[in-house]
Amino acid sequence: MLTLQFIPYREIEGLSSAKRIAKLMKVVKENKIILLQGRLKSDEEAELIRKTMEEIDDKFKGIELGVYYSEPKNEIGFKKLRAFLRNVLLGESEGITIIGPASIVKEIKQDPDKIQLLIEEAGSKKKKKTR
Amino acid sequence: MVNAFTRFMQSFLKAFFKKKKQFKLGLYGPPNGGKTTLANRICQDWLGEDLGTVSNIPHETREIQIKEQVVIKSKGRELKFSLVDTPGIATKIDYEDFLKLGLKEKVAKQRAKEATKGVIDAIKWLDDMDIVIVVLDSTKDPYSQVNITIIGNLEARNIPVLIVANKIDLKKSNIKKIQAAFPQYTVLGISAKYARNTEDFYEMLFKLAK
Repeated sequence: MLTLQFIPYREIEGLSSAKRIAKLMKVVKENKIILLQGRLKSDEEAELIRKTMEEIDDKFKGIELGVYYSEPKNEIGFKKLRAFLRNVLLGESEGITIIGPASIVKEIKQDPDKIQLLIEEAGSKKKKKTR
Repeated sequence: MVNAFTRFMQSFLKAFFKKKKQFKLGLYGPPNGGKTTLANRICQDWLGEDLGTVSNIPHETREIQIKEQVVIKSKGRELKFSLVDTPGIATKIDYEDFLKLGLKEKVAKQRAKEATKGVIDAIKWLDDMDIVIVVLDSTKDPYSQVNITIIGNLEARNIPVLIVANKIDLKKSNIKKIQAAFPQYTVLGISAKYARNTEDFYEMLFKLAK
């Protein structure tokens, strides 16, 4: 059975980088797909990949990782100020991060407009559009 | 005694500045983008020898490979660097994928094990780089989180980056898609295999090293 687990940003906000990654790894290794509110920092993403590599064995094949984040571009005046304030106030809680075990998530396709999960389940391929 | 100390200091300072002058140029990217093909192109062009072996099977490069004292020359200028070819960075490695490509189980498992260590090493080495060339396969979708993570980490470390859209000799090559994915970076289309646009590539290296 496919399980999606939503993790609100507040659940990782107060954690150190190491604890954030440990928490995410624990859920992924339970064969669940994580929908995380917000984003990890770039060094945390690298650390997540590093940690994943350490955990790979005959059963655990790694992860699929995708981040949807709409970066404000070329905004001027009030819109620019609003984008700046939003960034300061919300920080990395904006966007969505999807992390799934590679044995379940075949691929995460992403572009500036959408993010898609290709799921491999019981020999069939299903497509799930997130945004 | 004083003379010996002076000589020591002179040689130390000379060695120090000589060392600082030679920077580390890293080749990063996902597996099978053509990092080692580009490394071999650079080494063939300027040293007349290869750096590593290339293969269609992913994760052929599983250890950091370094070529010291690479010197490239153009228009009276000279650039000296250590070339660091890194294993492809991936989020998953499944030995069964290697079985599908014809490897025996024992070899496939060993390759997967070495590949995971290679990714860990490549990430560790990020801190040591002075300039990085991100080598992407221009026939593939550039919007992968691995690409974004690599570039994000280089940006966070203030390491100058050039994105190379490799394999422009192939019909499916799409440089514009890579440019659209990373609009804030210079993207240069090349074919490392057939030495296309390599003159422009070396010119870019001089600019990055300034």
